[in-house]
Amino acid sequence: MRVVISATGKDINDLMDVRFGRCRYFQIHDTEAGEFRVLENEGQKSGGGAGIAAAQQIIDEGVDVVITGSLGPNAFDLINKAGIKAYKCNEMRIKEVIDKFKNGELEEINMAGPAHHGM
Amino acid sequence: MNIAVLSGKGGTGKTTVSTNLSIALNANYVDCDVEEPNGFLFLKPNIEDVKEVEEEYPVINKEKCVGCGMCVKACNFNALAKVKDNILVFDKLCHSCGACQYVCKFGAVEYAKRVIGKIECGTSYGLSVKQGILNIGEPMAVPVIKKLLNSIDRNELNVIDCPPGTSCNVVNTLKYSDFAVLVTEPSNFGLHDLKLAIELVKSFNIPFGVVINKDNGEDNIIKKYCRDNSIKILGTIPFNKKTAELYSRGEILYFDNQHKNIFDELVNNIREVLSWN
Repeated sequence: MRVVISATGKDINDLMDVRFGRCRYFQIHDTEAGEFRVLENEGQKSGGGAGIAAAQQIIDEGVDVVITGSLGPNAFDLINKAGIKAYKCNEMRIKEVIDKFKNGELEEINMAGPAHHGM
Repeated sequence: MNIAVLSGKGGTGKTTVSTNLSIALNANYVDCDVEEPNGFLFLKPNIEDVKEVEEEYPVINKEKCVGCGMCVKACNFNALAKVKDNILVFDKLCHSCGACQYVCKFGAVEYAKRVIGKIECGTSYGLSVKQGILNIGEPMAVPVIKKLLNSIDRNELNVIDCPPGTSCNVVNTLKYSDFAVLVTEPSNFGLHDLKLAIELVKSFNIPFGVVINKDNGEDNIIKKYCRDNSIKILGTIPFNKKTAELYSRGEILYFDNQHKNIFDELVNNIREVLSWN
């Protein structure tokens, strides 16, 4: 399963970023192979519609799951339509996020959070 | 002749200055602060005409669309996204640039119009007054500002009440202006944002001067800054309770005998500066 996590850094010891559209990096973890790679978030550079740009990027990557703090209305709409499952997590180290996900401890995001949350 | 009243910092008295200046100058009043226009609270005009402001946005013709995603790549504003060969449109992010339609090889991008705001025109104290209103929830004010400013006659004397700050909304208003009145207050925030506003106005090469609101009558940081940088102070509005009371009742200061001369003096100073330029 390919899981994308909004991240503050490129390492599994770096913290998850609770912002989706304006996070610095996306870490894409392959939970079976135990491998991961890192993308710079296209959304953080955009003047407006950061959530849309970020969502488009991870949809194009063909991931199965996204883990972040919350999704704004536009990003939620896209992730939902793309059939990607979204889970909510607090700020913690990426390796802990993955453990929590594997143990089924994360709550699914079923509705959009406030717009412009990460400004 | 368009006289823009701007400030940098919000809440320094742009509307107080521009409404009273309009009356003192016998000039048309134009409220370009379309996100929260408030000049009409003081001018209380009879609204005689309302025009809607429309913006274009793309509509995808699903019969012609092949889901190639060229339109998504062409959009600089993230107004389009592609999910499973479907193109999704986020109309509020669209800047109506037409790039998506231009790149579509299948003629699948059509344009429709939606209403984003309105322009109200009326008469107050014998003056022609106008205001733009951006609908709640709409993120882009510039199309309303442009339509409003394109509707006024530059051969007449117009006082333009600008939005606060130095954003696109102010830049687009200044594009139509021949003179700028910068309203500020003697506080650190007032000075900080005045410097930004001056920098912006200078880039337009138009004459300008400063009005100090809530002036305590003493030498202060604004007076010092203007003196050090050879910037003309056009007028001062004293900091007193009577002014605040008239303002909070929505009254025009110019009709009060204690305040009339403040704006008559401002008019004289503006005329003086304009005769040099």
